[in-house]
Amino acid sequence: MTAIVEILSALFLLMGVFLFLVSAFGIIRLPDVYTRNHAASKSSTLGIMFILIGTLLYFYYEHGHFDFRVVLAIIFIFMTSPVAGHLIMRSAYHTGVKMWDRSVQDDLKKTR
Amino acid sequence: MLKFALLGVSLSMIGFLYRLIKGPSVPDRVIALDAMGINLIAIVALASIVMDTSAYLEAILLLGILSFIGTVAFAKFLEKGEIIEDDRNR
Repeated sequence: MTAIVEILSALFLLMGVFLFLVSAFGIIRLPDVYTRNHAASKSSTLGIMFILIGTLLYFYYEHGHFDFRVVLAIIFIFMTSPVAGHLIMRSAYHTGVKMWDRSVQDDLKKTR
Repeated sequence: MLKFALLGVSLSMIGFLYRLIKGPSVPDRVIALDAMGINLIAIVALASIVMDTSAYLEAILLLGILSFIGTVAFAKFLEKGEIIEDDRNR
């Protein structure tokens, strides 16, 4: 049982690290600020979920206590990180940052 | 395994740092800063596994709260030009 939980924890940690690397690749390579936010906000949130779940499982099988602070951190980050991404994108649109010149749709333009 | 995980997270931190320095507009830099905050939480979690102590887990919560408040303050400053408004009718 302990070995299964250990392997599961390692797997969660490695998946989180992979998602962080994907996020860094996206934030370097993508063309404008909106697509970059897409990379940074979403995959970073999923990566930190995986890493914190891995940490939770590690402390559960190694020390035998279910640490509720990590659960609290998971819930808090899961609630706030997309909100932060949305807010900064809204302020970027309202301050007039240009979209990529090959993007095809701007739904917010007619509400201005 | 943990060393490789820390190495990968640090490499992605370097990627975010590149966007933070180079980024053509201010929201780019704020996005990179927010992602670096999330990344720092991952580093603290991995470091607490490496040192085998659960003493750093409050730091995870604190970093999450500070990163969120910083991003909200930056967004509001960019959009309205001030953070704490005295006038309520705006």
